[in-house]
Amino acid sequence: MQETLKVSVWRGDGEGGAFQDFRVPAQANQTVLDVVTHIQRELDPTLAYRFACRVGMCGSCAMVVNGRARWTCRTHVRKVVQDGRLELRPLANLPVIRDLATDMAPFFDKWARAKGTFQPKDSADGAVPEEFHVVPPSSAKRQAADAGIECIGCGVCYASCDIVAWNGAYLGPAALNRAWTLVNDVRDGARRDRLDAVAGDAGCHACHSTQSCTERCPKGIDPSGAIAGLKRTLFWGMFGLDR
Amino acid sequence: MRIDTRPRSHPTYIAFLVHRISGLLLALFLPLHFWALSRAIQGEAALENFLRWTDNGLVKASETLLVILLAAHLAGGLRVLALEFLGWRSSQKTLVAASAGVSLAAGLLFLLNVG
Repeated sequence: MQETLKVSVWRGDGEGGAFQDFRVPAQANQTVLDVVTHIQRELDPTLAYRFACRVGMCGSCAMVVNGRARWTCRTHVRKVVQDGRLELRPLANLPVIRDLATDMAPFFDKWARAKGTFQPKDSADGAVPEEFHVVPPSSAKRQAADAGIECIGCGVCYASCDIVAWNGAYLGPAALNRAWTLVNDVRDGARRDRLDAVAGDAGCHACHSTQSCTERCPKGIDPSGAIAGLKRTLFWGMFGLDR
Repeated sequence: MRIDTRPRSHPTYIAFLVHRISGLLLALFLPLHFWALSRAIQGEAALENFLRWTDNGLVKASETLLVILLAAHLAGGLRVLALEFLGWRSSQKTLVAASAGVSLAAGLLFLLNVG
């Protein structure tokens, strides 16, 4: 007889909800996203969830699996299943649209508030600024930027961060990691504005270094280190130093 | 309200909790500390009486706990400073372990001294 997984899926909307149990056939190679897709296609077509690429690039399928936020397309069931059970919830710290789909708007609004958009430097004579010609990959600034550049915006760090839960205005690990990436980009011209944007009560100084973001990031990025970098830059900046 | 420990069960979160809780407990102890110091203002006899009262096992055990709390808070604070000012990234867990080790060593040294 084929083994089955006992899957508890949170069903509901922003007003509230409850877990619903499903039984899904266990496979030798099966991701958590495969399980959710099986439920939606074979058992209950009303289940709402979100995915796109299925290969860990788009960052849209993150959910809370057995208590931890994870990217479900790259999470093998055998690595997270406990006594044949899976518990699936929508990402924490975000409004629930329905079932496992959350509204990511507050998350990306904070990227905008942290000035997460590249602002190319202008050259006085309209020519291409000198910094654009060569950015040595081995330079310290570029390496610091590269360390955080692969963020896919999945929201796992945001959902894992208690500071976001305690302070609704807190920009969160992903937005601050993005800001730190741009602060280290020598081609960027909005450094001052960006540092001002992340210096307030809801910015980098609100972080308590619990490092859940770094611990949970599926891409192995270290947002906690990025936030520490912003704090350091702002601190030394008070003395006119660039560190 | 039930707190879900599953998302928080990793060393650096526990280090954060130890730092925060030790700080709160030390803050709660401060009024007692000042009260004890105020005994000296009341005169030599008052202080002497109080010091004699503290010379029992329970108070000594509490003092040891206090020293561990102080050491944990100091070591945890140094860890945070190192993380934020030196930009250490990959060695955080080692720092947590070192912080815990320094705290316990301070407590043990105190115990040896008491003995």
